This record gives sequence, C-alpha cells and structure tokens, in this order.
Amino acid sequence: MAERERSHTRPRGAVFVPRVQVMSADDVRRAVTRMAHEIAERNRGLHDVVLVGLQTGGVAIARRLAETLAEVEGADVPVGTLDVAFYRDDIGLRPVLPEAATDITADLTGATVVLVDDVLFTGRTIRAALNALGEYGRAQVVELAVMVDRGHRELPIRPDYVGKNLPTNREEMVDVSDEGVSLGELVNR
Amino acid sequence: MTGFPTHLLSMDDLDADAIGEVLRVTDSFAEVGRRANPKVPALRGRTVATLFFEDSTRTRMSFETAAKRMSADVLSFSAGSSSVKKGESLRDTIETIQAIGMDAVIIRHSSSGVPARVAEWVDHCAVVNAGDGWHQHPTQALLDLYTVRQSLGGGQVGTDRFAGLRVAIVGDIRHSRVARSQITAYAALGAEVTLVAPATLLPPALDGWPIASVSHDLDSVLATTDVISLLRLQAERGSGAYVPTMREYSAGYSLTARRALQLPAEAIILHPGPMVRGVEIASEVAELPSARITDQVGNGVAVRMAVLFLLLGHGSLDGAAA
Amino acid sequence: MSAPVQLVITGGTVMDATGERRADVRVVDGEIVEVAEGIQVPASATVLEAGGCVVAPGLVDLHTHLREPGREEAETVETGTRAAALGGFTAVVAMPNTDPPLDSAESVRNVYALAEGAMAQVAVAGAITVGRAGERLAPMAELAALGVRLFTDDGDGVQSAGLMRRALQYATGLGVVLAQHCEDRSLADGGTMHEGAWSSRLGLPGMPSEAEEVMVARDIALARATGGRVHFLHLSTAGSVDLVRRARADGVRVTAEVAPHHFTLTDGCASGYDPVFKVNPPLRPQVDVDAVKAALVDGTADAIATDHAPHAPELKDLPFDQAPPGMLGLQTAFALAVTELDLPLARILALLSWQPAAIAGLDPAGGGAQGGLVAAGSAANLCVVDPTATWTVDPTALASRSRNTPYAGRTLTGRVRHTVSAGEPVVIDAEAQR
Repeated sequence: MAERERSHTRPRGAVFVPRVQVMSADDVRRAVTRMAHEIAERNRGLHDVVLVGLQTGGVAIARRLAETLAEVEGADVPVGTLDVAFYRDDIGLRPVLPEAATDITADLTGATVVLVDDVLFTGRTIRAALNALGEYGRAQVVELAVMVDRGHRELPIRPDYVGKNLPTNREEMVDVSDEGVSLGELVNR
Repeated sequence: MTGFPTHLLSMDDLDADAIGEVLRVTDSFAEVGRRANPKVPALRGRTVATLFFEDSTRTRMSFETAAKRMSADVLSFSAGSSSVKKGESLRDTIETIQAIGMDAVIIRHSSSGVPARVAEWVDHCAVVNAGDGWHQHPTQALLDLYTVRQSLGGGQVGTDRFAGLRVAIVGDIRHSRVARSQITAYAALGAEVTLVAPATLLPPALDGWPIASVSHDLDSVLATTDVISLLRLQAERGSGAYVPTMREYSAGYSLTARRALQLPAEAIILHPGPMVRGVEIASEVAELPSARITDQVGNGVAVRMAVLFLLLGHGSLDGAAA
Repeated sequence: MSAPVQLVITGGTVMDATGERRADVRVVDGEIVEVAEGIQVPASATVLEAGGCVVAPGLVDLHTHLREPGREEAETVETGTRAAALGGFTAVVAMPNTDPPLDSAESVRNVYALAEGAMAQVAVAGAITVGRAGERLAPMAELAALGVRLFTDDGDGVQSAGLMRRALQYATGLGVVLAQHCEDRSLADGGTMHEGAWSSRLGLPGMPSEAEEVMVARDIALARATGGRVHFLHLSTAGSVDLVRRARADGVRVTAEVAPHHFTLTDGCASGYDPVFKVNPPLRPQVDVDAVKAALVDGTADAIATDHAPHAPELKDLPFDQAPPGMLGLQTAFALAVTELDLPLARILALLSWQPAAIAGLDPAGGGAQGGLVAAGSAANLCVVDPTATWTVDPTALASRSRNTPYAGRTLTGRVRHTVSAGEPVVIDAEAQR
C-alpha cells in the first residue's frame, strides 16, 4: 500500500499510479525469507521476540515473517499491530487518520520488539512508533525490519533488517504488496 | 464533502462519510481508553477551552477528559465562575479567549445559535457545539450512533447495519436538541426514524425532515422498533406546560416494564441522561441489559476525542494539494 | 436655522397626486411660489440640480422610533431626523415607546421641544394606555389638544378587547386614529421569529401568524361596531391583509401599513442566527411576502412605513433570543420600494408620501404641510429622487447612531438626491447639510 509518509498532504481520493516494478512477487518472498533468517540468527531462541506490524503497510509483512519463522524455526512468535496516528509529531500539518485500532495483547516489558513496516522514508513514523510502544511496557530491545529503505532520512533512525535499498526522489511514491514493489506517483482522481 | 468541517455546530455539518470517519476513529480512541495509561500526545501543545453557560458537569467533564487524554491543555470557563462575569457580553468573552489563544472552544448555551455566532467571530479556532438551546447537540448523537453500532457488531459491519434500522425517538422532541441531532444522524446512515410524542411536543412544522413517520401512540410502534431513544421532559425549557400532567405524560410515553416486553428481543434502549426514573423510563427497565445507558456515558469520551482529533488534527492545511 | 430666501430646483420632473410634468420649482421662505418650465434663477437663489430626477412631496413615515428620551445610545431626535431627511422624509411620526413613554402632555411637549429645528418635522404618536401597560386609558384628549392625531401602544398591542373597545369609542369622539401593533401575547408566547419550518429547524420559539391575525380580526370587528378609525401597523401575513381587504370591501374604516422588511425578506434570513434579522412582527415565509406585496399593489395597504427601530450594536450581538427586535429603515425604504415593488413611481410615492400623510393627519386636508401638491401655495416639503441610481448599503455610512440594517452590502436602485424641509435644503446631493 502507498506509504504514509508524504512531504505534502494527501488529498482524499488520490490514486497511486505505478511506473516501474522494482521487486517482483518472488523477490518479495525471498526477501521475507532472508529477513526471517536474519531475525532468527540475531535473536537466538526467539523466546522474547514480538513482531509488531505498523498499520497498515507493515502488518501483512509482520504476519508473513511470523509464518516463515514458524516454518523454519518452529517458533510461535506473537504478532501485534500498531497505529501511530496519535503519536505523529506533525499533527495539524497534514491529515493522518488512524487506519485501524492498535492491537497489542502481550506485555512488552523485557521483550525484543521487532517493528515491521513496508517502507522506511524520513523515519518519523518509526519515531512515533517508538513513543507509542512505550505505552505497552518497557521493551528490552527494539529492532526495525522494513521491506524497502528509500532514503531521505530526517532523524537518526536505521533499520536492522532490510528487504531492498532503493534510492528515490522525494516526490516519488513506493508501493509494497504481496505482488511486488513498484515506484510511481500519487495522482488526483 | 472534502475533508472534515472546520467547526462542529450541527449534525447537518456531517455527511454519511464524515460520520463513518468519526465512528472509525472512535474505535482507535476506545482502545486508548482501555490502556493502563489512557493518554496519547496527539494534541500536545494545543489549547482547548470549555465555555459552559449551562450547567452540565457530565458533559463538560467528558469533553475535558477527552482533551486531556490527547495531551491538550484545557481551560474551563463556566457560567457560574468569575471568569464569565454576568453582564460581560458573549462577544467580549470570546475575544478574551481568542486573545489567550485557543485552538478549540467547546460551547454549551441555553440560546440556540450561539455556537454559530461564535464561529463567525473566531479565527483559527474550531468551535464545537456541546448543546445550544433546542437546536443541536451533535456529539450526543454521535455517541448514540457509536453505542448502537457496537450492538450491531461494531466496525464497518455495524455502520452498514444502520440502513433500514427502525429507530423510535420518544418524548419532548419540540424542545430537544438531542432529538434534532439524532434525527439527522440516524437518517444520514439510512435508518428509518419515527417520532413518538403528544402533538404539543412535536416541532410546529416537520416538512422536509428526514423522518419516516410520526406517531402519538407509543404502544403501536414498540413491536417494530430496533432502537428506542428516550428523551427527557425538558421542564426547565418549558415542556411542562405542553402536557396536562406528568402522570398523563408517563401513562402515554413512559417505557414501563410492560412496554419493554413488547420490544423485539434484540432491541436497544437509549437515554441521553440524566434520566428521571419513573417518568421517561421505569427504574427496572433502565437496568435491563438492552438499556445501553452506561455504555453511552463511557463511549462519550472516546467519541469526543475523535471529534477533537478530526477538527484539530486536520489543522489549517497549507493548501498544497497533491 | 434660517431657510434661504430663494431656492430653485431645476431640470426635474414634478410628480404628485395629480400627475407628472416636466417643471422647475421655485421656493421662497418655505413656500412654493412657482412651478413651471424654464424658471429664471435669481442671483441669490440656491440651485438644486434635478436632471433625470423626480421632484415630489416629501416622504412621510408613519412609524419611526426616535428612541429619545431614554435610549439615546441607540438614536436621538437629531440623528433620527437626519436619517429621515437622507431617506427623503420630511416628516416622521415618532412612536411613544420611549422612556418615559409618551402618555402625558409633559412628555409630548418634551419631544416637540427636542424636535424644534430638526431636519424633518416630528409628529408624535401618543400612547393609548398609561405607560403602554394596557390597563387604563391615557389622557387622549389632552394630547389631542397638543396636536397628537394618532395613538398607539406600539411595541405591544392592546391585549384586552374590552379596553380597546372603550379606547375606540373615546377616540372616535376626538376624531383621532388608533393604531394597533397586532400581537396577541398568549399566542406569540415568547416567540422570537415566525413559527414554521425555519423555527422548527433552528430550534427557536416562534410566533404563529395567528398571533397577529386574531388581533386584526378583533379590531376590525371593534371598528365596525364603534365606527372608530383603526390603522394597522406593520401588517406581515397573508391572513392579515385578507382580513383588511374584506373589511374595506364592507366599508369598515381601517387603514394598513407595511414595512419594507416584510416585502423584501423572509424568515429564512434568520438561519444564521444573526439578530439583525430579528424583528416584531417577524420576517415571514415567501407566501406572506407575496401577499403583502400584492396588498401594496391592489391598494389594500395604504402606506409603506419604515418601523425604523435602532438598537445599539452590543444589543444586537446578544444571542438571537435575547437580542431586542427591530431594524433600521429610514434610509433604505425608498430604494427598497423602487427595487422590489412592481409599481410605477407615482404609486410608490403615494404609498410613501401623501397617503401616509393623510392617515397621520399631516396633509393639507388635515391642516398640515406634508404630502401636498407640488404647486404654488403649498408648503415646501419636497424630495428629489433619482429612480435609476444604484447604491450599496454601508451600515457605517448611515446617519443613524445604530448599525442594525439587514441590507448591509446590498445594492439597491433608487436614491434620494435632495430633500427640502420647510423650505430648507437639508440634504443636497445625498449629503446632510447639518
């Protein structure tokens, strides 16, 4: 889904128009597999790991990572979902509505939380997510997994697990789904 | 409608899409309310003023809690306090509030139209109508919608189930701002609204109102009612003179235990409160599980958080449409 | 104040109750001495250019609230008569709901004194009841001896039928007119606008049409029974004008006036809760506006009267239901009539000048100097109007102390160019001379 982070307002009814595909469905699948292995490798045992997918783009990826970890490591890693609309530092500058309620049932105190998102851009969403996570307990470690890192960071935030590094222009949009990753633009309907 | 309105003065300001948005966003705030620390920084740095010219601790507390849970600063001006001096004009009070710098002002007043006038006098400040005279009380209607939506399954499914829902609004509709807001709200989502009241307690002219029917006989509509919304007889707004006696009114329009049995099994009972037990609703009926009165109160804070978020979170956009 | 010795109005078309003709008008010491084409202008004369304009008898307002004494922050006799002159009025009838009310010889003399030398003649309407309280008759004979010809409790109607009957009988003996503000208080019941679709939506208490109509019907019956003369102030509903139409056909002696806001604005104007649209009787739905217009056209209504009701701005900033009712009217009446009524100018002038003058007893037949013919020998109370000029209403530019006009920003057709009051040119080129 088209990412949340925009440098200008997203008008209602605007549509993402893809221009070029940069990852195929198979590329995405392989990236998920690789990242799952990396998570397992870094966090031997996966005991305290909780995957938290950011609404809405990170949720599907978090679930796929959990499935892969279950297949490959036999581990049952819990998955939560997090909506950061109320934690953004730019409220009032552009309309960002919560896309779905947050659902984190486990107490995160002492856990290793792997935040999962589809696209990492300025880093503001992740910063908001770190603030929001604090409401659910004091995690021991927070790591970040993203399918695409498109650069243009505005805060000192870096991912631990990356599907693909993709240089982009600020005005472009990146769309991530099970069918692949495309680069394109938002167009007014 | 492109975007949420600048002010929330009346349910007429919201179309079905905007109402759907409020309900959806309320779900998120309801989750916030369930946390150990029910607070988010969404409105940090913003100032919200409550300006209540009519006493209402409940509604004012509900709004103030909503604002505080979003980390806004809250200033309360109430009619009894020295900050709203008797004789100081409304306009002067608003100018003082503006000078202090408010992002939103929540107003309750006994005169219809005051929030609309205030909205004309303020700049860069969202006005929320918390009840004006007989005119409108939009957040009450929204929280009623939310409560009913919960019973209908919640989520988009719940919202969709309003289409064709049979809603009866019973009582002093003539003098009720809650009724006017509810009628617009339910009708916007496709429900069929029936007004039930003695002829003297209906508004003088109902042409153009989005209602399905009017009845003076409560008993005749019970069996075909999915949601029954009871209004209080507004004695302080003069309702008493419109019916011969309270006894006669209750005999005709009170939801007694016997009447409650006539309702379909899944029917929902609502009352905006405060209830006068025995007049609009029998005590034992108020305790039934189908009477959602306590839910209504609890949902009020989440709904008001959603309204404030949608009004202020959308701030003044720099006009740079993509 | 001293009138110039000579004044000549040149280039205009003279219009009065006898018809119209191209002519200049010469005035000497307050009296018209010559009406003819191509008048030679004496060296010392003041000249008022009237090319493209109509020269008519000055307008006469049957219904003005000058607010003095008691509410000088809203208006005074001086500011009100200046507004009147700018509106083309050379005479106004001042309503008695002042503080103290005009129910005694002393209070009436006080207003006459305040109005001495004013830019328009001020006639006084006395109260029908003491204090306008509707309980006991005011000393009408005493006031009539001071020249009061019209009595009313305006602001309120006389609620008691019995008292109104007695008042009418007494008035008939004196040869004066009783004017009624028709509003049955028990039906009006605290209403703040017309009771109907709009009041229901806006959640405001309303005054039903019947609140006015029951009193119109009652007073027609009383006029019929007593033979007295009743004048109905500011009629606003279709039902009211229908009742008057039938009464007149039956030969009952009633007259009626209509205010400009009732033939130009509807109750929907209150949808924004702006109290500038709050007035008594209230603005009504289109069907009543149309009926009232038709009454002006077919002669059922005899006069347009402004009901000029100034209120200080703070009062019109109050919430709708708390704000006092009333609108300014003196400076916009002529233009509204020209813009909105489908009538020839002569009929409009009749409704604004000689017909109200007759009802108020201010015309030559009544021993007065208003609304007469534009002919040698008549008193020089004249207005010079441009029926095609357009202008935009700016509340801050009006002469009234108050700003409560519902027409702010509206462009109207028809403008008063000059006004001559008792031979003095008090308004020249739409500017007050003092």
